[in-house]
Amino acid sequence: MSVKLRVNGQAHELEVDPETPLLWVLRDHLGLSGTKYGCGVAQCGACTVHVDGAPRRACVAPIGSLAGRQVTTIEGASGPHAEAVRATWEGLDVPQCGYCQAGQVMSAIALLERVPTPSDQDIDHAMSGNICRCATYVRIRRAIHSAAASIGGQAGQAEASEAEEER
Amino acid sequence: MPVTMQRRAFLAGLAAGGSFVLGLTLGADADAASPSLTKVRGGDATPSLFIGITAAGTIELTCHRSEMGQQIWNAIAQILAEELAADWDRIEIIQAEGHPRYGDQNTDGSRSVRNNFHRLRVAGAAMRLMLIRAAAKQWKVGAKGCRAELGEVIHDASGRRLGYGELAAGAAEQPIPSLKQSEAALVPRDQWRYIGAPVPSLTVPKIVRGQGTFGVDVRVPGMLYAVVARPPQVLGRLRSCDDAASKQIPGVVASVELPVLEPPVRFKPLGGVAIVARDTWAAIRGRAALELEWEPGENADYNSKAYAELLFEQVREPGEVRRKRGDVDAALAGAATRITAEYYVPHLAHSVMEPPAATARWSESGDAVECWAAVQSPQSARSAVAASCGLPEDKVTIHVTWLGGGFGRKAKPDFVVEAALVARAVGAPVKLMWTREDELQHGYYHTVSAQRLEGGLDQQGRCVAFLHRTVFPPIGSTFTAGASKPAWGELRLGASDTPFDVPNLQLESGEVPAKVRIGWLRSVANIYHAFAVQSFAAELAAAAGRDQKDYLLELIGPPRTIDPNTEGAEYDNYGSPMSDYPIDAGRLAHVVELAADMAGWGRTLPAGHGLGIAAHRSFVSYVATVIEVAVDDQGTLAIPGVWSVMDAGTVVNVNHAASQLEGGTLFGLSNALYGEITAKDGAIEQDNFPRWRVMRMPEAPRHMEVKIVASNAPPGGVGEPPTPPAAPALANAIFAATGQRIRRLPVFDTSRRDRLAVAGSRHEGDEG
Ligand code: FES
Ligand code: FES
Repeated sequence: MSVKLRVNGQAHELEVDPETPLLWVLRDHLGLSGTKYGCGVAQCGACTVHVDGAPRRACVAPIGSLAGRQVTTIEGASGPHAEAVRATWEGLDVPQCGYCQAGQVMSAIALLERVPTPSDQDIDHAMSGNICRCATYVRIRRAIHSAAASIGGQAGQAEASEAEEER
Repeated sequence: MPVTMQRRAFLAGLAAGGSFVLGLTLGADADAASPSLTKVRGGDATPSLFIGITAAGTIELTCHRSEMGQQIWNAIAQILAEELAADWDRIEIIQAEGHPRYGDQNTDGSRSVRNNFHRLRVAGAAMRLMLIRAAAKQWKVGAKGCRAELGEVIHDASGRRLGYGELAAGAAEQPIPSLKQSEAALVPRDQWRYIGAPVPSLTVPKIVRGQGTFGVDVRVPGMLYAVVARPPQVLGRLRSCDDAASKQIPGVVASVELPVLEPPVRFKPLGGVAIVARDTWAAIRGRAALELEWEPGENADYNSKAYAELLFEQVREPGEVRRKRGDVDAALAGAATRITAEYYVPHLAHSVMEPPAATARWSESGDAVECWAAVQSPQSARSAVAASCGLPEDKVTIHVTWLGGGFGRKAKPDFVVEAALVARAVGAPVKLMWTREDELQHGYYHTVSAQRLEGGLDQQGRCVAFLHRTVFPPIGSTFTAGASKPAWGELRLGASDTPFDVPNLQLESGEVPAKVRIGWLRSVANIYHAFAVQSFAAELAAAAGRDQKDYLLELIGPPRTIDPNTEGAEYDNYGSPMSDYPIDAGRLAHVVELAADMAGWGRTLPAGHGLGIAAHRSFVSYVATVIEVAVDDQGTLAIPGVWSVMDAGTVVNVNHAASQLEGGTLFGLSNALYGEITAKDGAIEQDNFPRWRVMRMPEAPRHMEVKIVASNAPPGGVGEPPTPPAAPALANAIFAATGQRIRRLPVFDTSRRDRLAVAGSRHEGDEG
């Protein structure tokens, strides 16, 4: 059965079992290997992508449920929040092995789009689904705060409400 | 921007005119001080480590160690760039494949920098001298008037300058300087530009864009995907397999039976059945549909609860004496106060975020195989594949990808062997993935241990007797069937090297059989030994009515060096010479004082808060950690602050060393809080997160401060030393806050959820 979806702005039509999780379609069929497998049961966050702008665990998102939706992966993440997160991640050298970091970055972007100046509690809440065995948590927290500061309260606010409206 | 390249392209590029390759032959780690240098031209692949300069001025460095987040790419590049006086932006890294010509490639034991620092510097300096001499020759001036800086040679008197690319061909004509000349030309420490500096990571810019290739990301044309159903028990075997339902699943191509595992287990596959499919999902579904029956085998009697009892029985009996100072029995008998405590640390899983994965492709003729894999030890992978496939080693190629975490798991290449066997059976390239369930249930586990410590105090509360007994199934059982005696190599990890200044001290070990594959995990036996020794130090302090930190300093004693070899132990000092890397009580005391200062030791704490401290030398580096806990009246535990100090001697990248100190400490804390792998009838009970639990963001400390001690001492380990002090510092903090002594890890097993018990004995086995 064929399924249509858009990934990073590009339209795809795929012949796959509609039960196949998005994760394996991205990795095995589309060659987008930036999105990682870590557990397959929505427990680790390594596979986090955005579906219509909201974070989703690709390992438990059947491809059949995503017809006509916009999927954004780490390779395609763009815009001021994505760039701010990448810049602070690089500035603080947040990643160690880096395997969990696509998921961490995607969760952080989604958090900042929703909450321009997150508190420590907001960060705990938004990032608790992303495991890092290298335990880079201290730097992730610092980097999110500094990305929020770099985007600036005002600009961030405006975009967040825009994003809110689009949904 | 540094990038990886295919080795072939690299050699072909360098073979083109005007380039210069210096090959550095790496001997065994023991003769780390004297590299021999060879010039290479035209793609001659004999020497072991390549530093190449192309006519375009690009500097191509081959990294022979595996990158798994410790930033070894940076470390090797920073050391070489320093001595080459290179322009950082012109450096490219090529990841070496697995081959003995690179010398030791086994990326564990925290020794990549320790054992390569000097010889890489020498190689870089030699090449710089050759570039300078080439420029001097061209300008017809004395080499003394020329200097190298940022990829150029400069003649100050005339202001002339030439780029390395322009000089490469001429430099290749220069004789290689002698070792003495090169050593004399090393950049003095006070002029270092790259070594010690927080040079940004070479991998991070790719990681945040979803680029870079991990083991799971490899793709080769025509590739199929496989997962394996393995026997639940080690040495169990397949009784019957019905794959009819699997074959009905769209995308499933074949099932392949793997060879039965015969002891010793080594790095051989566990056996079972592989399902091969057109994508990973079909393979996973195909595996789930298999009808399998297993013969459970000799390890089906393994039950963690009963085994703990066995460990405690053993640890209460006198063991074999492995280190002896004075007369512990007499001193204990004559002590004013006698304290005994028993500690238990369970099996742990590596839980690397990237589970093991490898891709294999056979040659047309079927007499050679090429593998791509996330391996810490590509040469072991090469030997293991060769042995299992019946090939000579030179018919096996191992390409090393990035590792999504290693922690010791990826030093065991069983998964590469599986990929090679399955690819051969189906006659197509195969990527073989381990799922999280596979990773947790079929690992090479951190061992399980019980320890008993007995201490004697005199009238003034000073420790006069210290007896340490340790019992655990040893790593040797993985390589020799039935091995049950702890090796010196395990005892030296925090047991035979206890640096305490007590007149009577004894180490004993007991013997127990292994019932699963025992492996090594970040800092290895230091995890349980430091937990027991550093917890017990605080127990002695409490018995003496003294402050933990002051008492620990008293136990460490005055600045001096300690050699366990003089007290009956066989102590090899992590493979480093005692002359360069003594066990230095002064350095250990120093990190204790720095960590205590940083944490504000002695300050008034809010109700329910407590501070704990622990310090440990491992991998010839020194780390002290202070942890603050807060326990409310419900028993809920929080960790408001962590302070860690590491003295690792000379450090190549201070920011990345700090990352390891943060991550390694929290890795230890995560395991201490939640980590426990248990067996029931020989099968592992934990199947995925959250039954196997690791620290998450809300549980990480809000406040964490780390400090890397500025030191001129030779470089020590960085990746592992941060882990051991975390667990005892936590236990000591919990005691300070609540009066409860945690002697059995993890702090929170599944039955205890997130609460500490209010009072009373919580575990069988807790005594003393
Ligand atoms: S792989 Fe999707 S949450 Fe772990
Ligand atoms: S950086 Fe290694 S798992 Fe997060």
